[in-house]
Amino acid sequence: MSFGARTLWSGLDLDVRPGEFLAVLGPNGAGKSTLLKAVLGQQPLTAGRLLVGGRPPGRGVRGVGYVPQQKSLDAATPLRARDLVGLGIDGHRWGIGRRSAADRRRVDEALAAVGATGYADAPIGLLSGGEQQRVRIAQALATDPQLLLCDEPLLSLDLRHQRAVAQMIDRRRREHGTAVVFVTHEINPVLDLVDRVLYVAGGSYRVGPPSEVLTSATLSELYRTPVDVLQVRGRIVVVGTPDEPAGCDHHDAVSGLAPVPLEGSR
Amino acid sequence: MDRLFDFSDYGALLGLVTNSLIAAALLGVVGGLVGVFVQMRDMQFAVHGISELSFAGAAGALLLGGSVAVGSVVGSVLAAGLIGALGVRARDRNSVIGVLMPFGLGLGVLFLALYEGRAANKFGLLTGQIVAVDTVRLGWLTGVSVVVLLGLALIWRPLLFASADPEVAVARGVPVGLVSVAFTLLLGLAVSLAVQVVGALLVLSLLVTPAAAAFRVTASPLRATLLSVVFAVVSAVGGILLALGGTVPISPFVTTISFLVYLVCRVVSARRVRSGWGARVPAAASPEPVAIP
Repeated sequence: MSFGARTLWSGLDLDVRPGEFLAVLGPNGAGKSTLLKAVLGQQPLTAGRLLVGGRPPGRGVRGVGYVPQQKSLDAATPLRARDLVGLGIDGHRWGIGRRSAADRRRVDEALAAVGATGYADAPIGLLSGGEQQRVRIAQALATDPQLLLCDEPLLSLDLRHQRAVAQMIDRRRREHGTAVVFVTHEINPVLDLVDRVLYVAGGSYRVGPPSEVLTSATLSELYRTPVDVLQVRGRIVVVGTPDEPAGCDHHDAVSGLAPVPLEGSR
Repeated sequence: MDRLFDFSDYGALLGLVTNSLIAAALLGVVGGLVGVFVQMRDMQFAVHGISELSFAGAAGALLLGGSVAVGSVVGSVLAAGLIGALGVRARDRNSVIGVLMPFGLGLGVLFLALYEGRAANKFGLLTGQIVAVDTVRLGWLTGVSVVVLLGLALIWRPLLFASADPEVAVARGVPVGLVSVAFTLLLGLAVSLAVQVVGALLVLSLLVTPAAAAFRVTASPLRATLLSVVFAVVSAVGGILLALGGTVPISPFVTTISFLVYLVCRVVSARRVRSGWGARVPAAASPEPVAIP
């Protein structure tokens, strides 16, 4: 995957299994969000092949749930928590359409599964960041996806909510075999939950269990500069990564045609 | 005060304005529905911009002896198309509108200055008119309303999704760009209707105020939409009924009613928020799932 002369990653060969929890790490602009866009079919690969559930990625594949970064919805949005979840189920269909009893039940179940029943009828704009994020997970899971994509879902949440949201996602993949691809810049809230880590940096990548990837040797090689990975009270601290230039997270550059093979299927 | 209110010949007058009342009710329904999305998508400025170009179109038609209704639709749709094509992002959109609006207004003023017909026609385009709706014009207004209503019905759900939550809507396969351009064109048509009844300067009172008021008092999308329509119809029809008693144009009445409705809704919402609107049901009523500490 590259934009113009800049290659985000190449040679990526990755197979995410059902029920697997994969964390995607890397500095800003390394192409973490671009990877999710590729899986959603919004961003064609420069070269290579990508399969989602055995099929090419299409915009809005029904088997894929998506949880975006926490962003406060406008206080005057005329939607209740249950309406947002409902739109996740039928918002792509044309027409006005009254929600069927079965769909309304799915909404209720999804809200109950994330512990949001208590504010199901509250205006979405009046909910706290943590509550909104729970509702977003309910929205993503209401369609019973095979694959759950999360783009920094813990950003701007406090520790308690980070933990609750991460465990909710973990429970889902254990009980329903949903594969989870979890983009984050902060591994610690999910460190004990992830099966494998995909670390993208400097146009290259490493993939494997956290204990193998998050080491001084691996990251130094990836960043091509000495990097120290420290274990402090069960938390991982990475020291010495070169500062990435600000604002390189924009993806509006023109796609180039560099021969970058990518194989990713599940 | 006599110029404002004189209800002595009210019954006779009422018969003369049946067409206008029907037009106002239609406009109320269309404006109330479109307003919901104007509010959600922050397009209030676009409404104002489109209405100025619609005014230019109507003034041009007046000058050339064509149909004012057709002129205003052409102006609106051109403006909506330009805004839809050039300004996808909110910031681009606002600058495009800021550039288009004075140009449209300038053109309109030029056309009116060159026009040598009745002065009331000129004034009416800016501030609204009471008895200007004849049967031909009513047919035209009805046709445009039906197009807007059918269009909205078709794209309702994806539009609601794309307006409230564009990022997830894209991920779920909603053609957000297409839906947004379609809505902008429908908005253009709705504005052209409003220009012909309340005048270009006061379109906002029917396309923005009712929905803004409704959003203050409910978060249910269905109830917000119904309330917005009711507020808009009450403002438009009520405005005409009050204006009949005097010689001033209808717009001050329409704008005053919709403003009062908005004030009442703000008071109601302030009270509800203070008494805990959106409060959580106590935890006992909704057991937390076991996995969450």
